[in-house]
Amino acid sequence: MATTYRTCPRTGLQFDTEAEKLMRWNAVAGVLALLVGGIMALGVILTRWPAIKLLPPDWFYLVLTAHGVDMLLVWIIFFEMAVLYFASSTLLRCRLATPKIAWLGFWLMAIGAVIGNYAVLAGESSVMFTSYVPMQASPWFYLGLILFAVGALIGCFVFLGTLVVAKKERTYEGSIPLVTFGALTACIIAVFTILTGAGILVPTLFWSMGLIKEIDPQLYRMVWWGLGHSSQQINVSAHVSIWYLIAAVVFGAKPLSEKVSRFAFFLYILFLQLASAHHLLSDPGMSAEWKVLNTSYFMYFAVLASMIHGFTVPGAIEAAQRKKGYTNGLFEWLRKAPWGNPIFSGMFLSLVNFGFLGGISGVVLGTEQLNMLMHNTFYVPGHFHATVVSGTTLAFMAVTYLLVPTLFKREMISPGLCKIQPYLFGLSMAVLTLVMMGAGTLGVSRRHWDMAFSGAPFQYEWPGAAHLMMSLTGIFGVLAIIGGALWIWLVVGSLLWGKKLDEGKLSDKPVPHAPLDSVAASASHTGSAEHVAVPGTVVLAMLLLVSFVLYYFVNWKYLSEVWALS
Amino acid sequence: MADKEEVPLMQRILDNHFLLLALGVVVPTVLYTLWGIIDIVSIPLAK
Repeated sequence: MATTYRTCPRTGLQFDTEAEKLMRWNAVAGVLALLVGGIMALGVILTRWPAIKLLPPDWFYLVLTAHGVDMLLVWIIFFEMAVLYFASSTLLRCRLATPKIAWLGFWLMAIGAVIGNYAVLAGESSVMFTSYVPMQASPWFYLGLILFAVGALIGCFVFLGTLVVAKKERTYEGSIPLVTFGALTACIIAVFTILTGAGILVPTLFWSMGLIKEIDPQLYRMVWWGLGHSSQQINVSAHVSIWYLIAAVVFGAKPLSEKVSRFAFFLYILFLQLASAHHLLSDPGMSAEWKVLNTSYFMYFAVLASMIHGFTVPGAIEAAQRKKGYTNGLFEWLRKAPWGNPIFSGMFLSLVNFGFLGGISGVVLGTEQLNMLMHNTFYVPGHFHATVVSGTTLAFMAVTYLLVPTLFKREMISPGLCKIQPYLFGLSMAVLTLVMMGAGTLGVSRRHWDMAFSGAPFQYEWPGAAHLMMSLTGIFGVLAIIGGALWIWLVVGSLLWGKKLDEGKLSDKPVPHAPLDSVAASASHTGSAEHVAVPGTVVLAMLLLVSFVLYYFVNWKYLSEVWALS
Repeated sequence: MADKEEVPLMQRILDNHFLLLALGVVVPTVLYTLWGIIDIVSIPLAK
């Protein structure tokens, strides 16, 4: 099959047309999953809102399962497949390896997602995303997840194959671009995640079919979290790559030190998956050495890597802005940033929310002693909504404002609403995660349909603050859902009714170099920025450090008060 | 013609994508999964 290439006239990005089609289909499938998961989110949030309590228990657990699977797996992994194909074939300006096999991967994912959703919506598999044994779902549930994972694994190998193609055909010199390296990190973590997932979901499928007598619950939990948490680390690597991409595209920014940024991704490759252990910190079956080494030592290497990225992305933007003359004071570079451009505002909110809310709470949860304060409380979904939703989903939303005109050749509709959407979603998510974590710190359970545990032999009087936090969770959850729905409306509306844009030239041969000063050149650039002092970023980093120290201290204080001595 | 500048070891490691893939699968498999399985199967059975 002959390969055809299209060069976008606005960005200079070059697309293998088959890869481009795959990116579009993966992105659209992801948005559909987000729509389903978002509708389910409404059911979850309106039930956990004590004043409303919309759904009965069986429906609550059903929608919670569908919400978890569609949001944490289907939406994000479909979008990440689009990111992998973009970061390889488009940024390296080469053909996609084995497009037919890539399509096989896509259809396996799509069929798996449909089967998994069917199993949940039919009411036979309300086991939640974690599907802890001995709770048993329908075999279709596990089969759907397995098919989805196999499809994603195929996508990962198509990505790796494309890197081989690019190297063989010498479409780049030296090292691959940093954005592609970040996507490679996501791909590697995905391979570990999927293999681990297969290791537990395949026997669980056989167990649900009656072919295996039992699955050890402790073994299930340990291996499953190698899938469950690591799948969220794919997201971290992918959204950090997108931060670098957006900084390069919007500002022409180059990393302060590309070597350090690459090394930070290397730390992710080695250590990020080990954070899975923090879900098992109260499990009696795991040794203290296993818990401590995997969380409080190795996990800190991954935290260090996140701090490097969190410093170097705004640092790169500051350096680029200062070179443009925004040198007054500490923050002129930030004040004069394009806050009305949703690509930037979404990305920057994603970075701040991820660092200040998701990052700090992640370290607290990963500390064994502090974890006892909020283990399995509402704090945990608060934390991962700060990382996966405020961090990953918001970064994906932001880059979509770039991709719709480039990939779908449509102008975004309603520019005014496009400006507002990242703020509505990002800020309401920030407050939502804060109040969720606040409720969790007060002991409110995660997942449970009834906060009050009505009918339990021992009743507990929640402080008024817990009820307040849960009510605020309801209010800001609904606002965040409106922000997400607005994004879906803007994207779908743009695809249907947006002004058609010039699609550019088609050619049967790739053009090896991107036009100078184009988006394509910035995105696939390698090398570091010239040395420019970035005092504003240093102040922001210090602010993060002070916030972390204070919050860490407060939690140790709470812990010291749990078992009073007098 | 000047000798080609030698590529630093770390850069060679980071440019070797399949070595990175192997490390990214083996390290967590050993430290998290295998060690975790050893911990679990070492739990004495109740008598």
